[in-house]
Amino acid sequence: MIRFALLHSFAVAAILVAAPARAQGVLTVAMTAGAIPVTGGNPDQGFEGFRFVALNLYDALINWDLGSADKPSVIKPGLATRWEVDAEDKTRWLFTLREGVKFHDGCPFDADAVVWNFGRYDEKAPQWNPQQFALSRAYLPNYAKIEKVDDKTVAITTKIPSSLFPYEMSYILMTSKCRAEALKYDWAALAGQPSGTGPYRFDRMVPNERLELIPNKEYWDTKRIPKQDRLVLLPMPEASTRTAALLSGQVNFVEAPTPDAVPRLKSSGMKVITNTYPHNWAYQLNFKNGAFKDVRVRRAANYALNRADIVELLGGIALEGPANYPPGAPLYGKPASYKFDLVKAKALLKEANCVPCKITLAISTSGSGQMQPLPMNELIKSQLEAAGFQVTLQVMDWNALLALTRAGVDTAPNVDGINVSRALLDPINGMTRFMQKAQWAPQGGNWGHYGSDEAEAMVKAAFNEFDPAKRDALLVALHEKMVDEAVMLWGVHDINPRAISPKVQGFVQAQSWFQDLTPITVAK
Amino acid sequence: MARTILLRLLYALPIGLGVSLVCFMLVYIAPGDPLQTVLPPDANAEMIEIVKRAYGFDKPLPVQFVNWIWRAAHGDFGLSIATRRAVSLEVFGALANTLQLAVFAVPLSFLVGAGLGTAAACTPPGPVGRAMDRLVTGTAVMGVSVPNYWLGLVMVIVFAVELAWLPASGMGNNGSDNFSAFRADDLRYLVLPVFTLAMVPVGIIARTTRAAVLEVRGQDFVTTLRAKGLSEWQVVRHVLKNAAPGMLAVMGLQFGYLMGGSILVEPVFAWPGSGTLLGRAIVNRDVPVLQGAILVLALVFVTTNLVVDLLQAAIDPRVRRG
Repeated sequence: MIRFALLHSFAVAAILVAAPARAQGVLTVAMTAGAIPVTGGNPDQGFEGFRFVALNLYDALINWDLGSADKPSVIKPGLATRWEVDAEDKTRWLFTLREGVKFHDGCPFDADAVVWNFGRYDEKAPQWNPQQFALSRAYLPNYAKIEKVDDKTVAITTKIPSSLFPYEMSYILMTSKCRAEALKYDWAALAGQPSGTGPYRFDRMVPNERLELIPNKEYWDTKRIPKQDRLVLLPMPEASTRTAALLSGQVNFVEAPTPDAVPRLKSSGMKVITNTYPHNWAYQLNFKNGAFKDVRVRRAANYALNRADIVELLGGIALEGPANYPPGAPLYGKPASYKFDLVKAKALLKEANCVPCKITLAISTSGSGQMQPLPMNELIKSQLEAAGFQVTLQVMDWNALLALTRAGVDTAPNVDGINVSRALLDPINGMTRFMQKAQWAPQGGNWGHYGSDEAEAMVKAAFNEFDPAKRDALLVALHEKMVDEAVMLWGVHDINPRAISPKVQGFVQAQSWFQDLTPITVAK
Repeated sequence: MARTILLRLLYALPIGLGVSLVCFMLVYIAPGDPLQTVLPPDANAEMIEIVKRAYGFDKPLPVQFVNWIWRAAHGDFGLSIATRRAVSLEVFGALANTLQLAVFAVPLSFLVGAGLGTAAACTPPGPVGRAMDRLVTGTAVMGVSVPNYWLGLVMVIVFAVELAWLPASGMGNNGSDNFSAFRADDLRYLVLPVFTLAMVPVGIIARTTRAAVLEVRGQDFVTTLRAKGLSEWQVVRHVLKNAAPGMLAVMGLQFGYLMGGSILVEPVFAWPGSGTLLGRAIVNRDVPVLQGAILVLALVFVTTNLVVDLLQAAIDPRVRRG
């Protein structure tokens, strides 16, 4: 009897000791998205779609390292274990694929799977689908063609030599060919049965309402097998609704609480987490018409902004951003300092003979990454006017502003600047697209048609430099030039606030638009 | 009667067509791009052309409209640009969710509104009557004037956050797929949105009822009824019967309003109904969803008006005589 009791006690103790290692709790996230992001491959809803859905269900050949809060996120091997440019042909990249990986449906991941996924860009291929084409092709501006070298190697050819091409590959997610074929390319059905290689498997979705993911216990990166039992994603575009949902215990993780809700959240014991990340709240400027053609006017505008006041308006949830990148970013360098200097701003406007200097800025009422656009723009208008500008704010909804942005400066010659926040994850998205003539809208992201021979040469040199350290040095110089020429009117950098319940443990907020939710546990 | 019903149903065709045309034009007059939701900001011109062609947005607007009407006439509303799900699934799914709110909000607003309006109009003069009248008028003004999304937020703060009596948002613990208003746990999710949505109709119906009842009470036949020795309750019954057609017309409109959900209220409660769907479709310029939803809601209005007309004819012989 005693022996039995001892054995029983040991068994109970063993279970108790083992318990913390098991998956724990349900993580329920209130997203800012208005609907469930697309689940069948590359997502909509911007980088929030990547953050919560796509990068949990899928992997790219190259992933992002999201394991640290202390240093900027960088790319790392994903479904490719290594990649290198062909020594003989700088437009040809060779990707060595990870062995032993399977999609959630059991389909093997190999070179055929990769080639099939790139077939999504061929209008004649059965896997071509307009939604996935639209949502992913723009991330591959340099892609030309792909070929299978052997089962574990693919070769991708780019249009021009580009040392930055691996960054492009980090946005292209690998989906299962077997699942698409089994569903006879019914893309609506695929949205309800997606199959990737990511750390989470699809479990259940109520369209527009909730998506439930469960851990993929066979995930190839064993360190990233999710530690919670279930991940529930709820779209809640209203900030006050998200806050109330957290405070009432309906969710335990909310995105982007408004600054005025932060004291209330903290007083209720919620944790409000922030961290610097590559986000830029700025204005792209018109280089074809109007006052900003003159560099002195652009510099004057940058000197006129008292960014400390903007940060104060945001309750401290922002960083002053007098340059394109935040300080500490790998490509920051030693750019010119546009510290608030009203005297200098006035002098520059006088020198440029632009007093009052009439400008029109197109702004939105809301939008992804736009922070608090109306009060921020009102404040900036008053600051610019104190320096001698005469500002007209042209207010429109987010969709209209994006349409104006895409069409380029030629369709809005009377607009001198557009306030569209940008993600600066990689050097292409963060910098070169705003500096190249080839990117002049509507061909790319250079809305105001900035261009100079010197900048062109610097971008080309960086693209052609395949030694990462040397390439980054060239990009640092490019950033310094960008700031010196005041290519934008820079405001602030968001610091990505999130509020989480005290029951949520283990979350490390990476310096990125993307986040790793796999280490999180939720106390019962 | 059958001919009347058939004729009224036929009226729905030009109304639906007109509403669709106006909606279609408004969407295109407004700045923005229907493909915005799927195209990244840096999509180049060539890519945009490919996607436009694939989604059918490369054709001239009149052709797009005729194509849409033709498909809609065959029951095919197309696919949502954002989700690629059938618009009919999106619209009827959202409408079913709003219906769950309306099932409770409609009787609540009708009973409370009509009750308050009748009470205000029928309470005998004197201090109590004046107090009652002021209470009802105040309630009516508040119902009509207070922004209901604001009221919704206040209700959430008080009853969900501070008192923790009711859930703040959503449609049950597992979404609308598993929602049942017959389950006590799920029923709790209905309380705040139903009350918030009912406030505006309560105000309007109370005000209309009060005015209609007061008007009828002033008519000669009421004096005759009293002279015949009928009790006050019997008089009120006759008054209400005579005031009912006007009240019904207003209630019909309010039913249509409630079925349309509320673009402002439903998002406050993250309720996945027709108001939320419309709001999202407007923001995304999801033209197929917008057109499908507005057409269906217009038909709901037309049907509601038809039912109201039939009910009016049933209870009022003057209407039957035309």
